[in-house]
Amino acid sequence: MPHMAIQYIYGSNYIDSLLAINGLQVVINNFTYLLEGALLTLQITILSVVFGMLLGLITGLFKLSKNRILFTIATAYIDFFRGTPLYVQILLLYFGILPLFMNFDNPFIPAVIAISLNCGAYIAEIVRAGIQAVDRGQMEAARSLGMTTRQAMTYVILPQAYKIVIPPLLNEFIAVLKDTSLVAVISAEELTLRGKLLYSTYFEAAWIWGTVAVIYFIMTKILAILGDYIERRMATE
Amino acid sequence: MIQVNNLHKSFGTLEVLKGINCRIAPREVVCVIGPSGSGKSTLLRCINQLESVNMGQIFIDGEEITSPKTDINKIRQQVGMVFQLFNLFPHKTTLENITLAPIKIKGMPKEEAEIIANELLRKVGLMDKSSVYPNQLSGGQKQRVAIARALAMQPKVMLFDEPTSALDPEMVGEVLEVMKDLAHEGMTMMVVTHEMGFAREVGHRVLFMDEGVIMEEGSPAQIFDNPHNARTQSFLSKVL
Repeated sequence: MPHMAIQYIYGSNYIDSLLAINGLQVVINNFTYLLEGALLTLQITILSVVFGMLLGLITGLFKLSKNRILFTIATAYIDFFRGTPLYVQILLLYFGILPLFMNFDNPFIPAVIAISLNCGAYIAEIVRAGIQAVDRGQMEAARSLGMTTRQAMTYVILPQAYKIVIPPLLNEFIAVLKDTSLVAVISAEELTLRGKLLYSTYFEAAWIWGTVAVIYFIMTKILAILGDYIERRMATE
Repeated sequence: MIQVNNLHKSFGTLEVLKGINCRIAPREVVCVIGPSGSGKSTLLRCINQLESVNMGQIFIDGEEITSPKTDINKIRQQVGMVFQLFNLFPHKTTLENITLAPIKIKGMPKEEAEIIANELLRKVGLMDKSSVYPNQLSGGQKQRVAIARALAMQPKVMLFDEPTSALDPEMVGEVLEVMKDLAHEGMTMMVVTHEMGFAREVGHRVLFMDEGVIMEEGSPAQIFDNPHNARTQSFLSKVL
């Protein structure tokens, strides 16, 4: 009975029965609500990665410095932010430290500060490893021509190190994107908190958290594809 | 041009240079020979301050470079160095490798630096390779570019640290040829080498080093044909 089968699939019966699923309806009706959360997730990620890279480059260079003070500052910073949970860092900064220095009426800025500081520490180690991976002879050749350490870094070492650090850096970006879910705890309404709010209204755990997971997955997948593309382009250069 | 007084250098507890004294006159070509681990390369690296010294003094052109007051970057601009492993900048073309230092350190205009670089490339026989990256060059070509790069700073002295040791045998000649031309033009050169033929033919003086001291020095003819020191004799009997 092919005719009946087609009617069953395309007929109103099937779609109606699908729409009768409460969880799907919740997700469809609140999809833009979740996407707004995802947008905030992206904003926090991008800003944190930009600040984190600046911070990581500076402290990564400090870590290689012969100056004991700079080295100690960088080491303490990196040790603290890599050695304690990001969740605890967010709570400590938001409730304990940042209120001493600034007023904020929404958690966006504190969220960015906390995640920037955390990913800066990881990026510092990536930068340090990348610079150390450049052959020692490069620094010697640059210095032997009369360059200062700074000139040698700028013109010779860093342009080579940046190719080495791109794959681990992209890894770090993906990690940061996922870690932004932790700022839900200071009520930044990013994707995870929006999911939580929806859940507490509708109790459709599988549908709501499933959708949240899929949105995260799509965002990280796009980053990963972008990373592969950049890596391949660099390999052919 | 170069004067070294009682130079000592240790790496940890290992004493590599045990009191080196030597002078190199302007326009002189001095070849340093000796077995591996004798301190030849370390001596050269100390003269360019790529290694700090533990004791003793080094003067270049009358200026004491071992003094903490000396601006070592200024000195290094006058001392070209050529490395065993070339150390070309892989992210720069041949031309950029040569022009980088004059532009960035001396503030030379790009056009002027490129004119000089092309002139130097002609001199080392690589005019056609100016826009090529180092990984497309053979070892011998790389080393010739490295020499041109060092010359671009118009140094008063050139230091060569085993410049042909990493080369395939058939490429040694082209590099030595460039160095020979340089010597004939009157460049002051200090060459650490295992190329005894070059030392004999081009060197004005030969230093034989072993165990961190200069065991014997003299004209190439004297060192190679009539070595006085027993260590020199046994070394030369193995390599010649």
